[in-house]
Amino acid sequence: MDASQIAALVCQCGAPLLLIALGFSIGRMIERSHLRELDRREAELAGCIATNLRSPPAGHPLSDGHLVTGGVVIGSDYFKTFAASLRKLIGGEVRSFERMMHRARREAMVRMLEQAHALGATTVINIRFETCSINGVGTRGGLPMAEVFAYGTALVPRGGATR
Amino acid sequence: MIVVNTETVPGHEIVGLCGLVQGNTIRSKHVGRDIAASLKNIVGGELKGYTELLTEARREALERMLVQARQLNADGVVNVRFCTSAITQGAAELYAYGTAVRLRRIGGGAPLQPTPPIAPPNAL
Repeated sequence: MDASQIAALVCQCGAPLLLIALGFSIGRMIERSHLRELDRREAELAGCIATNLRSPPAGHPLSDGHLVTGGVVIGSDYFKTFAASLRKLIGGEVRSFERMMHRARREAMVRMLEQAHALGATTVINIRFETCSINGVGTRGGLPMAEVFAYGTALVPRGGATR
Repeated sequence: MIVVNTETVPGHEIVGLCGLVQGNTIRSKHVGRDIAASLKNIVGGELKGYTELLTEARREALERMLVQARQLNADGVVNVRFCTSAITQGAAELYAYGTAVRLRRIGGGAPLQPTPPIAPPNAL
């Protein structure tokens, strides 16, 4: 094989390997910093009660209700997509996407609770989640992207926020 | 206009039903956002362009629902539900529906100041 053929081979194999390496390294850094950020924001909102019960808890003070929402679109990195495509050969749990969806749900929930907190609410009831994959219908090998949307009713106590 | 996703409005009594109200919008992504998303998909994480697009679309669907509720002289909308479906490659329909009602306030205290249920995208 001469130099140009070797160079062509390196380019052909190198590009996907470089993307996988980038996805693995930078992707993990981004994921870790996002998870740290989520831990911090969830700790700040620890005083807020969040439930999917349909009515206020017994003994809750008289409050006004207000719809609060939070949404996020999260994409998978190249390494996760590659690992999932390997998993498709043998079947079973796709842990990399599970982690991605869990992150998206946490982020949507935190955004919704932050909106409730800004209104002075201490309780959010009737929380529901909507998930939608937005890489199109019927695409083959589309980039995995999912939108998670959380919505609920924030209870703002009358006469100011008290706990 | 009070908007909640529960069947009853906390602190209020439902005195009349105006009917089912709904609002929808169909949005598609554009090439610029698609390219940015493809690059972001190498390293993963939040796709802010799409988040803004879908948040704005949902606000519009909700606003269309509230326009219908105002036409029916309702005081609020209860039991709001959202539905998202992919229509074709790169386009999604966002649909919001609820029941418009007339309300009577119970107890005292100042009414809650109306704020948009879905914050504008640049507030994120």
